[in-house]
Amino acid sequence: MEIQYYIYLSLILFFIGVLGVIIRRNLLIIFMCIELMLNAVILLLISFSKMHADGGSKLQLVDASKAASDGQVFVFFIMVVAAAEVAIGLAIIIMMYKNLHNISSQFLNRLKN
Amino acid sequence: MTPQAILFCILAIIAIVAAIMVIIQKNPIKSILWLLVVFFALSAIYFSLNAQFLAIINLIVYAGAIMVLFLFVLMLINFKSLETIQKKYRFVFYAVVIVCGVLTLLMLLINQTQSLQKVSILNDSNNVGLIENLGKTLYLDYGVPFELTSILFLTAIIGAVLLSKIKKIEI
Amino acid sequence: MIKFLTLAIVLLPLLGFIILGLGRQKLTQFQTKFIGCHTIFVAFIITLYLFFGYDFNQAAVINYFPIIYLPKFISLDFSLQIDHLSLSFMLIITGIGYLIHLFSSSYMTEEANKNYSKYFSFLNLFVFFMLLLVMGSNLLILFIGWEGVGLCSYFLIGFWFTNSKYMQAAKKAFVMNRIGDAAFLLALFLIITKFQSLEFNIILFEPFLNFNLESNIIVLIALLLFIGATGKSAQIPLFTWLPDAMAGPTPVSALIHAATMVTAGIYLIVRMHIYFDLAPLVQHIILIIGLATMLVAATIALKQNDIKKILAYSTVSQLGYMFIALGIGLYSTAFFHVLTHAFFKALLFLGAGSVIMAMHHEQDIFKMGGLAKKLPITHLTFLIGCLAIAGIPPFSGFFSKDEILAGLYQKNKLLWVIGVGGALLTAIYMFRMYFLVFKSSYKNHHVAIEDVKESPFPMKITLIVLAIGSALIGFIGLPPIISHTHLLNNYLSTVIKIPAVEHLSTSTDLMLIVASLIIVIFGILIARYVSKIKEIPSTFVGKFLAQKYYWDEVYDSIFVKPYQSIAHVFSHRFETKIIDGFVNGLAKFFMNLSRSFRLAQSGNIANYLLIFVFAIYVFFIIWFNDAKIYQFVINLFN
Repeated sequence: MEIQYYIYLSLILFFIGVLGVIIRRNLLIIFMCIELMLNAVILLLISFSKMHADGGSKLQLVDASKAASDGQVFVFFIMVVAAAEVAIGLAIIIMMYKNLHNISSQFLNRLKN
Repeated sequence: MTPQAILFCILAIIAIVAAIMVIIQKNPIKSILWLLVVFFALSAIYFSLNAQFLAIINLIVYAGAIMVLFLFVLMLINFKSLETIQKKYRFVFYAVVIVCGVLTLLMLLINQTQSLQKVSILNDSNNVGLIENLGKTLYLDYGVPFELTSILFLTAIIGAVLLSKIKKIEI
Repeated sequence: MIKFLTLAIVLLPLLGFIILGLGRQKLTQFQTKFIGCHTIFVAFIITLYLFFGYDFNQAAVINYFPIIYLPKFISLDFSLQIDHLSLSFMLIITGIGYLIHLFSSSYMTEEANKNYSKYFSFLNLFVFFMLLLVMGSNLLILFIGWEGVGLCSYFLIGFWFTNSKYMQAAKKAFVMNRIGDAAFLLALFLIITKFQSLEFNIILFEPFLNFNLESNIIVLIALLLFIGATGKSAQIPLFTWLPDAMAGPTPVSALIHAATMVTAGIYLIVRMHIYFDLAPLVQHIILIIGLATMLVAATIALKQNDIKKILAYSTVSQLGYMFIALGIGLYSTAFFHVLTHAFFKALLFLGAGSVIMAMHHEQDIFKMGGLAKKLPITHLTFLIGCLAIAGIPPFSGFFSKDEILAGLYQKNKLLWVIGVGGALLTAIYMFRMYFLVFKSSYKNHHVAIEDVKESPFPMKITLIVLAIGSALIGFIGLPPIISHTHLLNNYLSTVIKIPAVEHLSTSTDLMLIVASLIIVIFGILIARYVSKIKEIPSTFVGKFLAQKYYWDEVYDSIFVKPYQSIAHVFSHRFETKIIDGFVNGLAKFFMNLSRSFRLAQSGNIANYLLIFVFAIYVFFIIWFNDAKIYQFVINLFN
């Protein structure tokens, strides 16, 4: 199993997320697509971590296992950021619904004024 | 085809199909449920990559907590009245074309990168993804960032509370 | 010290302008009067101090700050030059300027406070620019002053701008001046390209140093300068603006359109006389133009009824005399006539102003008459002015005109006859006006004779001072039969090369003087006879003269009408079809273009993101082509 396929999967998921953000107007779904993109990144990190742990990397690192565990710890931080972001983002969506009775992104252009 | 490869292929197809379903579903609840499928598939892949702890965490945090939060929010909102998908199909077409273009370019790039050729992921297991190992790295090497994340969380909580306290904003 | 004083002379009127201009809403008439007059008065005192206290045999050039600094090409400073010529002009400008300010302070009292301040601020600004004109040590400063006085003239002619006819006159003056200014500007450019400088002390010596400079260039420069001077000094063909400029308040006519601004052209030619000496062709042109202007204006003045129009044509005619003097190379004589003319013409205009004010703004001389008893001071001073302009000794006009006539006689006897003919006409039209206004019987039915009152004190004192000046100023240039020391020529000899002409023999000179005197007195008698005639038979010639040779009409049909019809074609055909079509097409093109770009500004996040991703795509493609992306990735993974 070559690492390229994991990268392909990650890329595909990431760009599905991008597409979702572009074509959908529901802020909630846009949020979900962001989560999807974050997960794609997590997948990338984990597969590189595995690559280093297996010693398959051509980077010739001094401490490959340290790099491997670093990769997984970064996933932690990404999850933390994602959780915090969701907390704030959902609060904003609620606020917006309270004010506009809608959560469509096209109403955010009222910021123009 | 090794068993690992077959497993990966199945999981990958599930993840991709589910992800596509997420963005084309009209009903947000169904989107959320399809997203859960994506997370489950991805967690399975994490398992196969020796990241057992992260896989569990992914399930608990994403599939458990965040998705439930999404569902809650959706229930607070009268989502039936919401318009969900772009009406301009030309715009959607452009978006698909451009995104696929970038995707193709990036995949080409990865395909032609010398240093990623013939790097295989082995089938054996190691202890990188175990709690013990990760815990040591987290608390010994990344103590300060870890504390900073707690401050980030605190900020997020306060922010959420503040936002929910504001009654009405003039827009 | 000189540096400071010189700057003070220039800046005081500007200061007055700024204070009066900014404070026009608040200042009372008394404050305005005080500031407006005294800034000029102090400048006059300083000028007098410079005149008596310092020796300017060598021209003093004072640099203040650079204006244009292009090391390889040209560098010009804001610098002032004081020599005998500019000092003489400064005395005229500040001295007569002060008297006219004083006169205005009572003449304009009927105006509202705001307009009163506005009037004085423009007058001060005019003095500022006029001083700049004569004091500048390079042609650029002179040009700034030149344009500035034109601007102030425009403002002041159109001072009563609610009257559209006055505004038309102001515009006419401005446009006519522009024509001359364009030529002047061309001359400036020519001088810059030839000498890389505009400083007087360079360009006025260069011709001597550089005799190999093509004479064609010098002729061209002189010709262009002369055209510029005809615009400002109201010579044929650009003289028609000056009679119309009488729309302004009378003191303005006295200051700008008689004493100072219109003599700027003479100043320019006197200042640049080296070029004219080297271009005899241009001198001939000047002589011809001067003679023609003198005769045309004098004949027109014969049939005018408006007191100010007569004086305006008389001014044009006298300016013609000055150009005659310039044309025969008698530069200091031209200046002498400028000086005497400044006095007597200011006096006549102010006297006319006094009459007009007494007659409650009636300007038709046929509706006046017999005012000698009612306005004794005005009458006396006006008489002195008339005698001076007609050239009766010992009044000033006699001396200057005599010099010009003597010069003409030496040049050509026929020219002398024409010159004397001009003097005859001058005497006729001036005394026709004098007799109609002050003698004969009162003819106005609108204003009762009892209402006609002598002007207030400041106006009287101004008239008296100017009358004394008109009477006595001629003695600084006595003719050779009386004295061989010509004070003015001696004084100006440091600036102007006085041609060493052999003097006429005493008998010839005396003969000329007596002949011209007899003719002038004959003219006065004709005027007296004409003014007594009840009904003047209307002849073709009379009508022709009264209509000013149809000069305006000819200009109208030659220049204005074709211009208007071309403009009409352009505005209705070319403008609507081509220009508008092009502009609207361009606008439509950009509107359509922007319609597609407006998506980028929709405020819709999705659009922004799409463009963002598209940009990534584009950058990737560019990167791929450069093969830099490979380098980047290799660096990343190696």
